[in-house]
Amino acid sequence: MRVSLFIPCFIDSLYPHVGVSIVKILERLGHEVDYPEAQVCCGQPPFNSGYWDEARVVAERQLAAFRDSEVVVSASGSCGAMFKVFYKDLFKDRPQEAAAKALSAKTYEFSEFLVNKLGVKDVGARFDAKVTFHDGCHGLRELGTKAAPRELLKAVKGLELVEMTEAESCCGFGGMFAVKFPQISTAMAQVKCNSIIDTGVEYVISNDSSCLMQIQGYLSRNSPRVVKSLHLAEVLAQQ
Amino acid sequence: MKGDRELILGRIAEALRVPAPRHHESHGNAAAGASVAFREWLPPVGEEKQDQVGLFARLSETLRTEFRECATAEEAASQIATLAQDGNWKCIALHSGKLIDAVAAKLPSTVTLLNVDQGYEKNALEACDAGFTECESLVAQTGSVCITNPSSGGRALSVLPPHHIVVATRAQMAPDLSAAYDRLAEKYPNGYPSFISFITGPSRTGDIERILVLGAHGPKRLTVLLLP
Amino acid sequence: MSTTTELPPGVQFQTDANRTTADEPRRAAVRKALGNYSTARGKTEKTFSSWQHAREAASEVKFEAVNHLDRYLREFEEKFTARGGKVFWASNGAQAREYILDLAREKGVKSIVKSKAMTGEEIHLNPALEKEGYEVIESDLGELIQQLMKEPPYHFVFPCMHLKREEIGELFQRELGSEPTTNPEELTMIARRFLRRHFANADMGISGGNFIVAETGMISITENEGNARLTAGLPKIHVALVGIEKVVPKLKDLALLLPMLATAGTGQHLTGYNTMYGGPRMPGENDGPEEFHVVLLDNHRTRLLADAEQRDALHCIRCGACLNVCPIFKNIGGHAYGTTYQGPIGSVITPHFRGLQDWKHLSGASSLCGACTEACPVKIDIHHHLLQNRRNAVAEKKVWWERLIWAGYVWLMKRRWAYLIAVRLAPLGQAIHPLVLGTELDPVRAWTATRDFPEAAPKSFHDWWRDRKAVRK
Repeated sequence: MRVSLFIPCFIDSLYPHVGVSIVKILERLGHEVDYPEAQVCCGQPPFNSGYWDEARVVAERQLAAFRDSEVVVSASGSCGAMFKVFYKDLFKDRPQEAAAKALSAKTYEFSEFLVNKLGVKDVGARFDAKVTFHDGCHGLRELGTKAAPRELLKAVKGLELVEMTEAESCCGFGGMFAVKFPQISTAMAQVKCNSIIDTGVEYVISNDSSCLMQIQGYLSRNSPRVVKSLHLAEVLAQQ
Repeated sequence: MKGDRELILGRIAEALRVPAPRHHESHGNAAAGASVAFREWLPPVGEEKQDQVGLFARLSETLRTEFRECATAEEAASQIATLAQDGNWKCIALHSGKLIDAVAAKLPSTVTLLNVDQGYEKNALEACDAGFTECESLVAQTGSVCITNPSSGGRALSVLPPHHIVVATRAQMAPDLSAAYDRLAEKYPNGYPSFISFITGPSRTGDIERILVLGAHGPKRLTVLLLP
Repeated sequence: MSTTTELPPGVQFQTDANRTTADEPRRAAVRKALGNYSTARGKTEKTFSSWQHAREAASEVKFEAVNHLDRYLREFEEKFTARGGKVFWASNGAQAREYILDLAREKGVKSIVKSKAMTGEEIHLNPALEKEGYEVIESDLGELIQQLMKEPPYHFVFPCMHLKREEIGELFQRELGSEPTTNPEELTMIARRFLRRHFANADMGISGGNFIVAETGMISITENEGNARLTAGLPKIHVALVGIEKVVPKLKDLALLLPMLATAGTGQHLTGYNTMYGGPRMPGENDGPEEFHVVLLDNHRTRLLADAEQRDALHCIRCGACLNVCPIFKNIGGHAYGTTYQGPIGSVITPHFRGLQDWKHLSGASSLCGACTEACPVKIDIHHHLLQNRRNAVAEKKVWWERLIWAGYVWLMKRRWAYLIAVRLAPLGQAIHPLVLGTELDPVRAWTATRDFPEAAPKSFHDWWRDRKAVRK
C-alpha cells in the first residue's frame, strides 16, 4: 500500500522523531511511504478560535496536497480529527465539500491504521519499561480510538502497561485554550500528571504529541521524580 | 393576566420553519402509548413473577426499603404491630380500602387510627407516627411503589408522617415503569388521577458531602408488605 | 461573596478562575465527590441492556417534543386547564415575576415555601419576592444551605457540593440557632425540623418542573427528599415555573426519561420521588392545593429554538452529567461561571439567553475534550456547539488583534517557503528565549509561567525527509 503521511506542523518542527518513527514502522511492515510536500497546517488553530474563513484558506491547501493520496495516516489524533471530522463542517454546502468528504473517508489516525486497516498488532518492537497510556481527547472521542493503541503496546516485548485512573481525562492542552485560560489548563495538567506519577511508571505514552507537550511541560517543571514521555510511534519503532 | 400566549406560539412557529439536523437514527415503530420504542434498552426484568419479586427484594435492600412477604392479613398486621411497639407509636394515619381494611382490622387497639379520607388537620397528620396506604402497583425494575391520590389516601398521607407503610398483593407487581403506566391507563380510562407518584425508597439526601442521609423531609422509613 | 460580579463577565470569569483553581482543598473535595458519582453511574449504566440505544431513544423523544413545541404546549394547556389548572405564558422573567407577585398579593399570601427551581434562579425570583415583603424559604436541603450562605447554587443538581460539613454546621448555628454539630444526619434533621413549620404554614408553594407532559396535561417533578411533594401538596396555592422546552409528548415517555435522568444525574436507578401533578384538588379529593398555576417561561428559549444548528441544546433534561464529567467544571467550580446555568450546557445556552459577545468566553474556556457530549443522556452535541458559538461570535464581531494574528498565520501557512523558514528559525528563537523567559516580553509567558516549553528539534521532519530522498537518489 502507498501510505501518505500527514505530519502536523508542530510535529514537523518540535517532534520530528515521531514522523521518522512512523516511516520506519510502515516501511518495516513493507509499505511504501510518501510525504506530500505541499502540506503545511490543518487549520485547527484558527478553526478552534472561531475564524473559519481563515481556517478554510489553509485547509484548502491540505485538500489539494492529499488529493491523489490512496490513504492518509495522521501522526496526531487532533489534527487527524480535522481531516476526518471537521473539514466536512468547514466545507459544508461549499464547492470543496466533496473533496472534504473524500479526504475524511481515506484518513486514519496512526494506531487505528495499523490495527484496523492493516490488521497488525505486533510490529516487532521491543521496549523494556513500565508505561502508562494517555488517551488524547480528539482521538478518543472524535475518532473513537481506545483499544488500538493498547493492543499495539501489549504486543511490545518487555513492556508493562499500567492504566492510570485519569486515563480519559483531558490533559488541558486544547490548543489556544492552553494560553487563553492558562490557570485552568495548568490545573487540568496537574490532575493528569499526578495520576501519571501515582502509577509509578517511567514513561507516559500517547498518540497525540500536543498532549505530550502539555504533560511533559508540566512534569518537567513539577514532578518530584523523572517521568519521560514518548509518542506511541516512538515506542513501536524501538527494537 | 393572560400573558404572551400568542406571541410565544408565534415565535415558536417562526423558529421551527427551519428544520433541525437529525443526528440520530430513527428508532422505528413507537411503543404502544410512547413516542418511541425503548423498553428493550432498559434494565431487563424477568418474565416470571417470582423473578420480579426477587428483583424488587434485592433493590429494596440497596434502597433501605423494608420489604416483607406476608402470608396473610394477620401476618401483615402483626408486622405493623411490632413496628408500633418498637417505636412506641400512638397514632397511625390511613385511608379506607379493601386490602387496608383487612389488615387494619387486625391491628392492636393500643394505637389510634386516623382516617384521612374525609380530610384532615395538617398538624394531626404531622403528629402521626406512620402513614399506612395501599398502592397502584409495585415496580420490579426500579424497586418503586406507584401511588395515586385515589389509591393511597391523597397527596400527603404517604409523605408527611415519618414512616410510610404500604400493603400490596403479588398481582400488583409490575415488571417495569412502562407496565405501571399501562396499568394506570387501563384502570382510569376516563382520565388519570390528579396526582401520581413513583416512590423509590425512603426520603433521602446526599447534599452534605455526598453522604447518604435518610428522612430528609419525607419518611425516614418505608415498609412494603406483600400479600399473596 | 462567591463571585466578583461588578466586573464584565469575561473578566469576572478569569478572576474567579484564577482564585478557584488555586484552591487545592476545594478542588480535591469536588474531585472526590464527582469520582464517587462516576462509579455509581458506571454501575447503573451497566444494568441497562443498552445504554447507548437508550440514549438514542431519549434523544428522539426530545427531538420530537422540541421540534413540535407549539403543538405540544397547546395540548398541555388544553388538558391542564380542563382540570382546573391555570396556565400563564411568560415571555420573560419580568412577566413571570409580575404574575407571581400579583397572585401573591391578590391571595393575601404572607409566607412562601419553594422547592428547587433553576428557572427561579434564572429570573431572580427570590429577591423580587423578598423585596415585596414575602418570606421565601427554600426547602431542598442544598438550596436552603445556599440560601442561608447568600450564595447561588454551586451545581444545579448538587447545590452545595463544595461545602464541608464543618462549614454547614457553623452556618446552621449562625443562621438557625441550632446546637453545634458536624454530623450529616444531625444537620439534615435540623433542616427537617426547621422546614416542617414552613411547609405547614406557607400560603404558597413554588416549584420548578422537570417535564411538561402534553398528552395528559401534567407537570412531572423529580426529587429525592420529598420537599417538592410537600411544597406542592400542603399550601393552598401552588405555582410551577417551568421552561417551555421541558415538554415530552406522552406520559409513557417518562418510563424512559425518568430512569435516564436518574442514572445520568446521580447514578440512581430512579430518583426518590417522581411525581406527576395533573392540577389542583378535584371535587371529592381529600387534599391538594386549591389552585395550581403553571407559568410557562420563554426568556430567550425561542431564540435558541430559532438556531436550528443548536436547537438540540433545548433537549436538555438538566441532569447535570455534563458538569460532573467536565474537567473545567471540576477545576474552577460552579460559582466561577458567574451565571445560573453552569458547566458545558450552561456555556452553550448562556450566550443565547444573555448575549453572545458578553458570554462567548464560556464557550472559549474549554479544551473541547468532548466528555460532556459523551455523558449526555439525550445526546446533545454539546462540545461542537461550543465551537459553533466561537464561530458565531467571530462572525458577529471580530476582535482586531485576533484578526491580525490569524491573518499573519494564514499568510505564513499559505506559503510553504515562508513556513519552512519559520520552522528553521525555531531553534534560533529557542536559543534567544531564555533572555525573555518569564518576563513581560516573553511571548509564551502564559505557558512558561507553569510549564516547560519543549526544545525545537535541530532538523525538522521535512528536512529529514528531503535529505533522505537526496541520499536515496
